[in-house]
This record gives sequence, C-alpha cells and structure tokens, in this order.
Amino acid sequence: MSDNGVLSGTFFMNGDEACAEGAISAGCRFFAGYPITPATEIAERMSERLPQVEGVFIQMEDEIASMNAVLGASWAGVKAMTATSGPGFSLMMENLGLGVMLETPCVVVDVQRAGPSTGLPTLVAQGDMMQARWGSHGSYEIIALVPSSPQEIFDLTITAFNLSEKYRVPVLIMSDEAVGHMSEKVVIRQVAPDDLVSRKRPRVAPEKYQPYKPDKDLVPPMAIAGEGYRFHVTGLTHDERGYPAMTAEAQDRLVRRLVDKIRLNRKAIIKYEEVSTEDAEVIVFAYGITARIARHAVQQARDEGIRAGLLRPITIWPFPEERVRELARQVKAFVVPEINYGQIVFEVERCAAGKAKTVLLPHMGGAVHLPQTILEGIREAVR
Amino acid sequence: MQSAKGTAHTKLWRKPFDHEQKAAKPGKVVIDRERCKGCGYCVEFCPKEALKMSDELGPRGYTIAKVADQSKCLSCGLCEIICPEFAINLEPGDDKK
Amino acid sequence: MVTVTSKPIDQYLRVDRMPHIWCAGCGIGLATSCFIRGIERAGLDLDKIAVVSGIGCTGRVAGYVKFDSFHTTHGRALPFATGLKLGNPELKVVVFSGDGDLAAIGGNHLIHSARRNIDMTVICINNFNYGMTGGQMGPTTPLEARSTTSPYGNFEYPFNLPYLVAASGATYVARWTVLHLRQLERCIAEALVKPGFSFIEVLSPCPTVYGRMNKRARGLDEMHYYQEKSVIRNGADPKEADIVLDGPIVVGKFIDIKRPTLWDYRRQVLDKALEQKKPQAEKGAVASQEQ
Repeated sequence: MSDNGVLSGTFFMNGDEACAEGAISAGCRFFAGYPITPATEIAERMSERLPQVEGVFIQMEDEIASMNAVLGASWAGVKAMTATSGPGFSLMMENLGLGVMLETPCVVVDVQRAGPSTGLPTLVAQGDMMQARWGSHGSYEIIALVPSSPQEIFDLTITAFNLSEKYRVPVLIMSDEAVGHMSEKVVIRQVAPDDLVSRKRPRVAPEKYQPYKPDKDLVPPMAIAGEGYRFHVTGLTHDERGYPAMTAEAQDRLVRRLVDKIRLNRKAIIKYEEVSTEDAEVIVFAYGITARIARHAVQQARDEGIRAGLLRPITIWPFPEERVRELARQVKAFVVPEINYGQIVFEVERCAAGKAKTVLLPHMGGAVHLPQTILEGIREAVR
Repeated sequence: MQSAKGTAHTKLWRKPFDHEQKAAKPGKVVIDRERCKGCGYCVEFCPKEALKMSDELGPRGYTIAKVADQSKCLSCGLCEIICPEFAINLEPGDDKK
Repeated sequence: MVTVTSKPIDQYLRVDRMPHIWCAGCGIGLATSCFIRGIERAGLDLDKIAVVSGIGCTGRVAGYVKFDSFHTTHGRALPFATGLKLGNPELKVVVFSGDGDLAAIGGNHLIHSARRNIDMTVICINNFNYGMTGGQMGPTTPLEARSTTSPYGNFEYPFNLPYLVAASGATYVARWTVLHLRQLERCIAEALVKPGFSFIEVLSPCPTVYGRMNKRARGLDEMHYYQEKSVIRNGADPKEADIVLDGPIVVGKFIDIKRPTLWDYRRQVLDKALEQKKPQAEKGAVASQEQ
C-alpha cells in the first residue's frame, strides 16, 4: 500500500472487492450504501478502506437515501459511489433520474441477482439490463458498463468514474453475482493523475455563471457548493440559469441536450471486444459472466469448423448499434445467451433489422450457461 | 395614573421633558405595488393602524395595501417583517433601526 | 421580474424571480424572511450556506434564496443534505421543507438523520396539508380536519413532530408560528449556530386550501387563531405539544441539549481504531531504534 492508502500490486480478490479498490484508485472518497446480497462486500470493503484514504463511508437507512447521499456528496465536490442489487436498484430509480437531471457525476454498481422481486438473493442473473437503460421515468440517456471478470471490474470502475465526470451523468456498472463473488488475480496498477478525469470547473466569475449553460460538447461546467457561485439547481425542468422553466420549449431544449450529450458523444463512449469476427458466419453476442462461457463455446465451434465469433459489449448503454448493424450484413445469425428471458436480445434484433437471424438462448437465473448450451445454439443457428 | 392594558398609550397626561428626542419618529413605509398580494397582515398588525387596505388594484390584480397615515408610524418595523412578499421597506425616521 | 424599488433584503433573494409563487397570506414567505434575518443575526459566511429542499410549496424556498441551493425529490432532502455535509463538513447545511415532504415520504430519513445527530438545521413548515397538490391530508393534519382526501374529516391521528424528532435524537427542537416573527428569527439564528441536528417546526397559514376547507379562508383568520390560541412554553415536554383542530398550540423551544454529532462520534471511533492499527513496520522501526 502506498503512503496515501491506495493499493498497488497483484492480488487475489473477488469482483466486489476489486470494484471497491477500483473506486479508490479512481479517486472515489465517498460511499453511501445499504447491505444487499451480493453487493454487500463492496460496502464492507469501502467501510474499511475509505477511512484509510481520508474518505467517508456511511451506511444509510435504505437505498433511496444512499442514492441521494451520493448525489449530495458529488455536489460537495467529492467522487461518490453506491452499490446495490436488483431490489435496491429498483428503489434507486427515481433519484437516478434526479442525478441525470441535475447532471451529477457518480457511479452506481448493480451486482445483479435473480429476480423479479426478492428472487434468488445469492445467485446470478442478468435481469436488470433493460432497467439500467429505462428504469427511471422520462426520456434520458445513461452510460452502463458490463465487466466479466474481477480484473475487468477494477478497470471499468475507473473508466466509470472518468466517464461520469466527463459527461456529468451517473454511470452504471452492471456486474453480476458470479463476477462479484468469484475470486481471481487482480493486478492493481498505479493510476497516474493524468489518467483520472474530473468535472469541468466554471471559467467565469460567480455573477456570470449559469449552471446549465453547456460548452460545445453539450456538457456544462460544474460549480460545487461552498465556493461562492450561489447557484440553484432543481429536478424541475429548468433553463440555463438553473431556474424552473415550466414550458414545452424549455423541456425540448433540456431533454434534447441531456440525451444528445451522450448520444452524440457515443463513439468516444462505446467500447466492445471482438473475437474472430472478421470471417464469422455466426456471432455470439454475450456480456458479463456469460461472455466468458461464450468465449469457450466459440472456440469449440471453431474447432468443429463453424466460423463463429464473439462480440462482447463492454459498454452496454449506449448500445453498440453501429457495429451490430455492420456485422448483421456479414453474418447469418446472432446468438444471444443471457441470464434472463430476453432483454438485450431485443436490441440486437432491432439493430440486425432482419438482415441476420437473432437467436435467444435464455437462462432464467440461478446458474450460468453451460458451454455446451451455447455451442448447440451456435450449431442450430448455422444449420 | 391609569395605563391602558396591552396598548401603547397615545395620550400623555404630562409630556416628558425629553419627548422631542425620545419619541419615535415616523418612518417612511414603502410598499412595492408589484409584489403586494393584499394579504392584509401589515394592515392588521401595525400597532398604530398606520396602513390600510386600499381599493386600488396592483398590476397583478390584487387589492394592495397603502399607507393610511404616515405620521402615526413608530418605525417599529413590524410591517416590514410581517410581509410575506418582501414587499415592504421601512426607511426609519431615526438614524439607527 | 425585477421590481422598481430595491430593498436591503433583496441581496439575499433571487430578485429576478420575484414575486414568488406563494399565495396571498401564505406563511412560507414569512418563514423565509425570518430565515434570512436569522442568517444575518448569526453572522454566517453566506458562501458556505447550502439550502436543500424537497417538493411542495415549501420546497420552492430553495429557488428564491440566493445561496447554493438544491431543489431535490420528494422526501429526499435530508439524505441529499447528509451527502453534502459529509462531502464537505464546512458547509452550513439547511434543509427547508414541508410537513408532508419531511414526515410522510421523508419520515424514515427524518428519524434517521435525527438519530445520527448530523450537524444541520431543518426548518419544517407545517401547514397541515399538501398545499401544492391542492390540499390533501398529510401526517400532520389534525383529527377531523377537512381536506380533499378527507372530505368527511380526517380519521388519522397526526404526528406530533417535536415529539417525534426529539425522541429520535435531535438536540434542538422548537416550534413557532409565522406570527412569532421575532422569536422565530432568534430561534433560527440559534439553531444555525448550534452543532447537531436542529429541528424547527413552523406553523403557517395555508389560506387557499387547508384554511379554506377548515373555516379559516383568509390568512388573517389563521393568524388570529395563532394569536389567540398559541401558548409559549419554553422547555415544555414535546409530548404535551399535540395539536388538536382549533385547539391550543404549544410553541417555544422544547429541547436544547448537548450531544456529540455524527462527525464527532466518527472522528472519535476512527481515530481510536486507526491509531491502534498503525502498520507494524512503524512500530518495528521504533523498536530497532531503541535497540
């Protein structure tokens, strides 16, 4: 551990722990959370580590309070995070919307478990993927990342903080119980200060500052409480001064900008991984823990002579539409294994637009797919 | 000597020698016509009844309050703090508030 | 719109948004005015004040005062304020919200924030209903009072807010009406400066809805009611401050005690623990020096 308490080196830890360390390496110094399996370990690790790095941990009375405390801390100028699972994720939805509306940088981790409702608290699923996109009310865009290993969740947590600060939007990390509870080698690298992004600060005097006057990239510079900017921000539809503006014109201006802020910058945001897709006739579109199994199945298919490939989204929202559209012209079929009864498959189908078949390989949850299942799906798709 | 219970006496049976210096000097009450919503608190609670509700309509359509008798004002400042609209400003007659 | 004459109080207000939206006779403007004068009296650094409000008529206060202010979601002003305060303990955090916002949907956060004794001041304007949405009953609506969702009279017993908050652990609890202008101003100044969770309930007329449905259609009627029926009992047991429709109202400063704040306890516990956990290497170094 270095003097300032940030770790570096090679460790054997689970996804939850790696996420907490990623946050600390990213500069996160506030965590508010509520215990929920399988995300509790993130809170527990943060409760132990944050005081060691002069950060603040607080366990709030529920997930709603946790989400709001994270927003408040961000407005006090601190990088802030919370972590939960399905039931808590549902509770956080209203105030995730507040985070989007106020344009507050923060990170929310959802370690998915089987639902709906209480479901299987200790077992894996990927059933919150659409909720990540549409969970809060109203028209908005959000960024969501999907890790498939403890190492990756460490790296993606840093990416998440950087994206949230750059675009002034809550960023979701859609982990799952398998990735969260599996222990693997995690290399914690020293993150150079230049690799960390912080929100743009105001460049004008307080009297001239308008909280929601955007720069060319559609992101407004952000003042924080206590510096004399005397700003007002509200969850009501507002104008550039931050004051409520109850008109359709103001709504149009604001909602367009909040959405376009992400949509128009999507090339810089979207990341995915491709394995043997150049000549593929069938592509497996898989994310999270399922992608690891799919990787193996794709290799087995190749060994059988099927030209299979893997497209693994790392950013799930915004969805990698362009790449899927492109590949749809090339392949016979997309095979989409997911641990739910069909969520991301609909996005793939939409983007394939009929040019390629889309096959769903669902698993309701509680366990992961077997490579055999995905291999059979691949075989079936090219028959 | 009788003193009326709970009210400031307006009649003195003998004027104090330093009356001129000590008596409260009337302040100038300015009521902002644009902000006044005619709630009547200033009129009702002014201890000297120096304000009144007028028949005049302000620019927002409320009947607004007006100064009835400037000379009765004691510069107590109650009207200023009891106005929910931040519409009243008292320029006190004395140098200090 | 900017009005013609400028007044000293205007430096604390967003005059470009005046006149405000509150109804004629509404007491929220009065509470805001006492708040501003309380801040002046307390001599606070204005740049460090952060006002957090919820949803409702009282929630609009955040938008009219010229401090860093946050108009958040219904019931969630307190946890947002908690994050602000923990993120920057130098901020002077004030939560300004209504009875429904703080005690119904926000009830859980109210009791937990009081339990933690986090250093902030909460001004709860109690107009006995949900005014903004048209006058529905709330957790403080007196028994038998009329409202749009209790047209035959309210059959739920209301909260006694000072009792609730004091029992949860607040270290400063007071109740005034908006008629008690001078006392309220002093009370706010005192609460702002005092470390710990300070809670001030401010009773206010709501002539447009609650008042109209309960035979006090003019703000003046409600103010006369306060004038006649309020009784100042500083130091009273909050248990005895129940409000019954048309009954007496006990006001005053009920609780003013000393208890370590959340930050105090945190520092105390962490300092002790982290001191004990100092890395072995350091201790070893000292030992080898002694040798």
